Amino acid sequence: MALAKRIIPCLDVENGRVVKGVQFVDIRDAGDPVEVSKRYNEQGADEITFLDITATHEGRDTTVHTVEKIASEVFIPLTVGGGIRTVDDIRTMLNAGADKVSINSAAIFNPDFVKEAADRFGSQCIVVAIDAKCVSAEGEPKRWEIFTHGGRKPTGIDAVEWAKKMTAFGAGEILLTSMDQDGMKNGFDLNVTSAISEAVHVPVIASGGVGNLQHLVDGVKLGKADAVLAASIFHFGEYSVPEAKQYMRDQGVEVRL
Amino acid sequence: MSKATIAVIDYGMGNLHSVASALEHVAPNHDIVVSSEVEVIANAERIIFPGVGAMRDCMAEIKRLNFHRLVPELIASGKPVLGICVGMQALMTHSEENGGVEAINQLPGEVKFFGEHLTENGERLKVPHMGWNTVSQTADHPIWHGIEDNAHFYFVHSYYAKSEKKDLVIGSCQYGLEFDVVLAKDNLAAVQFHPEKSHSNGLQLLKNFSQWNTGA
Repeated sequence: MALAKRIIPCLDVENGRVVKGVQFVDIRDAGDPVEVSKRYNEQGADEITFLDITATHEGRDTTVHTVEKIASEVFIPLTVGGGIRTVDDIRTMLNAGADKVSINSAAIFNPDFVKEAADRFGSQCIVVAIDAKCVSAEGEPKRWEIFTHGGRKPTGIDAVEWAKKMTAFGAGEILLTSMDQDGMKNGFDLNVTSAISEAVHVPVIASGGVGNLQHLVDGVKLGKADAVLAASIFHFGEYSVPEAKQYMRDQGVEVRL
Repeated sequence: MSKATIAVIDYGMGNLHSVASALEHVAPNHDIVVSSEVEVIANAERIIFPGVGAMRDCMAEIKRLNFHRLVPELIASGKPVLGICVGMQALMTHSEENGGVEAINQLPGEVKFFGEHLTENGERLKVPHMGWNTVSQTADHPIWHGIEDNAHFYFVHSYYAKSEKKDLVIGSCQYGLEFDVVLAKDNLAAVQFHPEKSHSNGLQLLKNFSQWNTGA
């Protein structure tokens, strides 16, 4: 027996609705993040990540209520990301019932924010999200840079160095998304995943690009990820969480079934 | 007649909402209160002593609120008490976190760091120990009722407890090394994992706690 590799369905939520759409819930509840979370919880998901992409202030209040509702009905860990910029934002989400918060661009604008957050709330609840894109030319040694604004804006920051810095600042986990692979369904960028997983001592969640169950296995075995995150393969009912876990177990990956 | 109460001790460290909602879910015949008031806690039928974050900060708040005296009194009173995560660690004698912190000493033993060079079968292990691991039930206990041996529970911690007294260990876990994850002594039980985040196994454990008859 060993620590299980985690499977984490991710919900992109805008103004209180899951925006990518979810096939498996009936029409009445389509896109309700609480219903979707409950379903994943029943399916045996190891954790849920809730990514708030709401832009408006009013929308943020909706998010807090949604998180409260999920946390009172779903008894597995819940990570909330998107728009976490201040210690108050973190406190609000933790009080609403989130177990961890994911910090992305705020860490880039002010790396000390991660330090402050970890000091105040403990590393165990501070996830730093990294959006990486390969910037090396063909034939060169691979190199990845952090991008912001959904992969449009380069920052000049090396992704592996950044991951090391963020863990030194107190991040308890890294959520790594490959912007090259995101939405492509070709599998994770295994090179950047293993490079970062080997460079840091904290768990790494691989994200971006899952199109089939072998991709999840590869993320763990080749990418050395501690957890794998996916959205659309689960949302659209292509695969269920138990199917994913059974497949991973059959391939020799330790999972919680 | 009013319902019996389960009090969740609040000393400002961590998310108690989840513990309270999990209890509301499994113990509908109890009132669940989250409180830092000595009187409210002392009047409860059962007490949960949770905690997350750094040991130094936790112990500082515990002492400031006088819980380092209250908690031993509650334990001595015979009421069922459950420590969770850092709550469990705070019940031990001493922790090596933050350069060494004296704890409440209700369960003799040390809290130690996993270290940054933990390995298992030649593979490097990440610290914190974060995620779902199996718990071996090393002794029978009412809180194990209805839970299979080697069931998964959710952990997140970088320090682990090692009891001085083997006979208090009722659950153990393996992560690079073997460590104690459930300790029990009379009316006191303490768990390193988060039952409130451990899905059906965790809910069953909390339900068992809510029904645990310690003879008090």
